[in-house]
Amino acid sequence: MNMRLIFGIAIVVFMGVSALLAPVIATHDPLEVDLSAEARLQPPSMKHFFGTDNLGRDVYSRMVYGARVSLSVGFIAVAISLLIGLTLGGISGYYGGWVDGVIMRMVEIMYCFPTFFLIMMVITFLGPSIVNVMIVIGLTSWAGLCRLVRAEFLTLRERDFVFSARVQGVSHSRIIFRHILPNAMAPVYVSATLSVGGAILVESALSFLGLGVQIPAPSWGNILTSGKGYMDYAWWLTLYPGLAILITVLSFNLIGEGLRDILDPKMSRAR
Amino acid sequence: MKTYVVKRLLLMVPMLFGISLVMFLIMHLAPGDPASIRYGLNPEVSDTAREAFSEMYGLDRPVLEQYFMWLRRFVTMDFGRSLVDDRPVIAKVMAHLPATLLLQISSILVIFFVALPIGIISAIKRDSLFDKASTVFVFIGYAMPTFWLAILLVFFFSFKLGWLPVSGMRPWYAQYLDTGGQVLDLLRHLALPLIATSFGGLAALSRYARSSMVEVMKENYVLTARAKGLSEKRVMLVHVLGNALLPVVTILGLTLPVLISGSFIFETIFAWPGMGRLGYEAIMHYDYPVVMGVGVIATLLTLLGIFLSDIAYVMIDPRIRFESRK
Repeated sequence: MNMRLIFGIAIVVFMGVSALLAPVIATHDPLEVDLSAEARLQPPSMKHFFGTDNLGRDVYSRMVYGARVSLSVGFIAVAISLLIGLTLGGISGYYGGWVDGVIMRMVEIMYCFPTFFLIMMVITFLGPSIVNVMIVIGLTSWAGLCRLVRAEFLTLRERDFVFSARVQGVSHSRIIFRHILPNAMAPVYVSATLSVGGAILVESALSFLGLGVQIPAPSWGNILTSGKGYMDYAWWLTLYPGLAILITVLSFNLIGEGLRDILDPKMSRAR
Repeated sequence: MKTYVVKRLLLMVPMLFGISLVMFLIMHLAPGDPASIRYGLNPEVSDTAREAFSEMYGLDRPVLEQYFMWLRRFVTMDFGRSLVDDRPVIAKVMAHLPATLLLQISSILVIFFVALPIGIISAIKRDSLFDKASTVFVFIGYAMPTFWLAILLVFFFSFKLGWLPVSGMRPWYAQYLDTGGQVLDLLRHLALPLIATSFGGLAALSRYARSSMVEVMKENYVLTARAKGLSEKRVMLVHVLGNALLPVVTILGLTLPVLISGSFIFETIFAWPGMGRLGYEAIMHYDYPVVMGVGVIATLLTLLGIFLSDIAYVMIDPRIRFESRK
């Protein structure tokens, strides 16, 4: 069996279960502020596993709730980009011609867009919220998937099973989504898994800049922001959230790579 | 070749048009307008003055009309004036461009000259300790939240070791240093932003160079070269390397959008006086003309970078005939 895949899935399942059970496994209320000197900026201890922040909040509990943010943004943003990428890529590759031309120009525009700048703009002007972050990341990250699906469709549409479906009078949309798409999914799974990690990175960067999840609601990115000013002595505020992001993204990438080894034996020989 | 270049340059026009239109619409259709952001909470500003402000910058006109006004001025490279300090946008952008170019160009150089050797060596010595270590580095590089890396760098090199400055590019004391001292000071300020900016690209490009090399090593002409009895060194340097590194040129072009996206984060973290920070601040202040200016210039730089790397690819790879390339 593939070690990368197992390791990645184990960590992601662990993070997912923690996020789901957040109210159960959190030791404190993530929003509870305690401004007394004994409670603020306490180093990790048995009472506070990851210490406390500048407002005396328990960092471990905030991180457990923060996992909900990161994972849900990752999954929902990728679901949105899958929806757009699969539809446009399928149509583009199946019909070809001017439809393909128009969609490919759109893809090129998305590639050259300073994406992060666009995301920052949209979030600022529409108001920072987790829902806006999910939607915007989804809307700006479908170009790669679209191109991938199109390339699969270009070869698959020439195959005999598509021809036979045509002859039987199956409608175009049914051929695209029921006949060709299932055969084009292998590289999509890989790419989508890798995109989850990418979306989590973008969300944490946005939250870090104050454009994502708004304080006092916890997210890994905004715990890092609050820790930035106290880095000199409260190292736990900087170390743990950053490690959590790194490990989570790494796990999704490991799953993606593992899937690629399984689904596409030709690719895996190259590494 | 000439027609290809002209065609590619012409294709940039509709791209720029599309991208600027999207940005313009997002900005203007979103709730909140600069006049009320700036003066909404200030009781001393009358409604009349607010309307005068909107009228002066044409903010009271229909959105599409505003866009075409913007477009008409853009053709003459006039981006209008900042809503915050009324300086011409082009002057603000030009003042911030050198810092960004310095950072971006040096990180492209670092990525190129560090990532390629890593990729090449790990491909040649596959499954060696070096290869395994570089694979680990690549995985971490892909997963690293680079803004966190930036904080860690500041923590170690500025706070703990005290070797490098925390942020900024040209401090007040720089004017009292001699030329050598100024260059040294600039390099000291450049070091941390440079590491943070190039980190992700290093991982991506070294992985790409490696798999490209491994792919080429399986080709029949490499087998032929070996069968002819050429030395392993010659096979690698002449037959494999040349062919494997061609596609890397295009990848370098594709890292540009990533680098420019990163500049908005890193320039903010390191207080680097470049376009990224200018753009971030303009967004925060609802400074429409500056946001448009930064967005369009960033797009233009990206398009130019991709264009140049495509041209370079076509020029160095004789197998690709430009007529057949889209």
